[in-house]
Amino acid sequence: MLRFVLRRLASGVVLIVVITAATFFLLHASGGNIARRILGQEASEDTVVQKTHELGLDRPVLTQFGDWLSHAIHGDFGASWFTSQPVSDAITSRLQVTLELVVGATIVSGLIAVALGVLAATRRGWIDRFVQFLAVLGFAIPNFLVALALVTVFAIHFKVFKPTGYTAIEDDPAGWLSTVTLPIVALSVGSIAGVAQQIRGSMIDALDRDYVRTLRSRGLPESRVVYKHVLRNAGGPGLAMLAVQFVGLLGGAVIIEQIFAIPGLGQVSVGATSQGDVPLVMGLVLATAIVVVTINLVVDLLQGFLNPKVRLS
Amino acid sequence: MTSLRRRLLRNPIGLGALLFLVVVVLSAVFAPLLAPHDPNTANAYDTLSGPSGKYWLGNDSSGHDVLSRLLFATRLSVTLTAETLVIAAVLGIVLGLLAGYYGKVFEAVGSAATSLLQALPAIVVLLAAKSVLGPSDFAAMAVFGVLIAPAFYRVVYSAVSAVRGELYVDAARVSGLSDPRIIGRHVLTVVRAPVIVLAANIAGISVAISAGLDFLGLGDPSIPSWGGMLNDGFANIFTQPLLVLWPSLAIGLTCVAFALLGNALRDELERAAVPRKKAVVTRQTAAAPIVPDDALLSVHHLSVGYPTANGSMQTVVEDVALTVRRGEVHGLIGESGSGKTQTAFSILRLLPGGGRIVGGSIAFEGRDLAGLSAKEMAAVRGKKIAYVPQEPMSNLDPSFTVGSQLVEPMRIHLGLSRADAKARALELLARVGIPNPRRTYGSYPHELSGGMAQRVLIAGAVACDPELLIADEPTTALDVTVQAEVLDLLRDLQRERQMGVLLVTHNFGVVADICDRVSVMRAGRIVETGPVRSIFADPQHEYTQSLFAAVLSNTEGEGVVA
Repeated sequence: MLRFVLRRLASGVVLIVVITAATFFLLHASGGNIARRILGQEASEDTVVQKTHELGLDRPVLTQFGDWLSHAIHGDFGASWFTSQPVSDAITSRLQVTLELVVGATIVSGLIAVALGVLAATRRGWIDRFVQFLAVLGFAIPNFLVALALVTVFAIHFKVFKPTGYTAIEDDPAGWLSTVTLPIVALSVGSIAGVAQQIRGSMIDALDRDYVRTLRSRGLPESRVVYKHVLRNAGGPGLAMLAVQFVGLLGGAVIIEQIFAIPGLGQVSVGATSQGDVPLVMGLVLATAIVVVTINLVVDLLQGFLNPKVRLS
Repeated sequence: MTSLRRRLLRNPIGLGALLFLVVVVLSAVFAPLLAPHDPNTANAYDTLSGPSGKYWLGNDSSGHDVLSRLLFATRLSVTLTAETLVIAAVLGIVLGLLAGYYGKVFEAVGSAATSLLQALPAIVVLLAAKSVLGPSDFAAMAVFGVLIAPAFYRVVYSAVSAVRGELYVDAARVSGLSDPRIIGRHVLTVVRAPVIVLAANIAGISVAISAGLDFLGLGDPSIPSWGGMLNDGFANIFTQPLLVLWPSLAIGLTCVAFALLGNALRDELERAAVPRKKAVVTRQTAAAPIVPDDALLSVHHLSVGYPTANGSMQTVVEDVALTVRRGEVHGLIGESGSGKTQTAFSILRLLPGGGRIVGGSIAFEGRDLAGLSAKEMAAVRGKKIAYVPQEPMSNLDPSFTVGSQLVEPMRIHLGLSRADAKARALELLARVGIPNPRRTYGSYPHELSGGMAQRVLIAGAVACDPELLIADEPTTALDVTVQAEVLDLLRDLQRERQMGVLLVTHNFGVVADICDRVSVMRAGRIVETGPVRSIFADPQHEYTQSLFAAVLSNTEGEGVVA
């Protein structure tokens, strides 16, 4: 078990290093005149050269990356080129907000998707067709349209929720709920569709297995057969799909935060991107990669819990 | 492929989606002709005005005509989608073909690149790329094309590696066709259909992604775009809510149309079998039959059917009569496909998907099992009638320990406490000859051998002291050395507990070994029934006679029928 975790952890670290390296080289290979962008068109050639030197951009890219990496390992991710705020400060507080949304959406979509998937697989008929139809719509409609519709209806028309802004949960739990509900719903729609489809498929598959007939032959009530045995066996693929959706939600949050004016990673990302703030972009990529690697590790451990074959090997 | 096209035209949803997309593409192509105004002419007097005779859909915050902008923005969406598709498809298909066809090196590179590209959300990568590429949507969507290429890669790779070993590909190679010719002629045809389905879905995603980027204000503001219009509308949602509606409809409908088209294409591809219609058949109950006094189970005029494509019922068991007395081992013998297993499953009321009892009765302890509700039947199963399956390894739930699977029914049927049920389960495991009951109790099914698993299943079957045990080829899947032991175990348990046993088998040796009476089944009907001795001594039906002849000519003859 421990070896399994360590192996996954090691490959996660390798993945993170590769991703940051690739991002770093791409950002620097094409970013010919970063100093000029920072200083603006009016700056003289001399100040641009000076700024370039100041930022260390006149050194070989490999040296720059080595420099960045060794600092990063010690927890120093540099400072924004535009605001001089340390990257770690800019990211940590906002990462928490984004994770609240994404984890919230993952839990909501996990629960609803299991319910819909089980219903569709066991009842079939019109419920099944309805779930399938919802799945296609949920997959197809971009989450920002869902968000806009939710804002229009529930925040502007009915004024049930706040249209924009964010209240920290530790300051005011009710206010928090009022600000995060719509974003979480908007994010969840798509992943519910994906996960419900997966659960439905693997449930139908598992219901057809020999051991299900044997369990029934033992006189177990159908609800136990379905919820205890079949769902447990169908849970693995559903969980894997939920992990895939989590990565998608992390991306979706970027746009959703923009609509609801929520101070999460999305706002920083859009700002850093349009300015070409390389240290901040690097920090964002790194933070996202760490979150993704962590989630995959957690999912692997949960898979082990669900499937004894994975656990014991 | 032509047939796919034809079938799509008959699918109303797919056809509707396709027509809508054609309209979208046409309005993109002819935007300059269709647009009533110049999309970039700002009219300072008419900002945020609603629909009017002059401006059908109103004006945006800069006074641009919304309809004209919408039409020109369609051009951008169509071009970007085409760009993404071409890049993703070319990259993914070429790499997938190479990896699938040549294997090894390409495969390793392909899967490494795939996992790398999927480690980050696409939008984060796009944002990072945009910070150096600038506002151009075309550059961003080129990057997205690369990011999404693994989707094509995977579909093509798995399809190609599946056919790689196929005989017709080998034959083509032997006959001297060059690799490119083989790929072009034999391999591409396999992947064409799934690739088209995938392309429809990816087109929808790229419409959403490019609109999302423009909505975030990261696009080129000088080119009209759906996302940019949405952004403008959202900023003015309190003054002119309609402005959000038009681009939302354009984006939403296009995305949904692509998804529905992809779905319809997939459905048509998968529609190998015609949809199953529910056949309306009412079970016919026959007049009360004469039953021997000591009968435990007596089946009369039993017919079992499966629905067919055209809505009628295909009967696999017809007019079967069968009686198992208390404490009797009754063999049900026949070739595979003779309906013996279907008969057994119908007594348990566990017929696989779609199968139904279409006629007859199953009398057991004074009740007709065929008429019981699902709940009443569940109370009979396990408690009164138990089942031992054929294939031990696939009949234990892989996710639970042997112990928990033994304990669960005992707690339900016998109301035992956890500790009592465990003690009883350990006793049972010892009784069926498990050498180390405690260890096996805590094991998972995949840690057991086939023989052990079958002993566990037998222990589970007799756990609640059933009156009748239905064993479906209980030794067929086992090693020859284990077969005899398991058969001995079944016989011992039967004598000890005075159970009735219905033993389904195709093996005359097994029948001769442990059965008291036997019924011979052929093509869904019972052709002969009686005490084992008399049937062996003097078979009446010519089918039984021919079975014996076949076994005897088989010299050593283990007595196997099928």
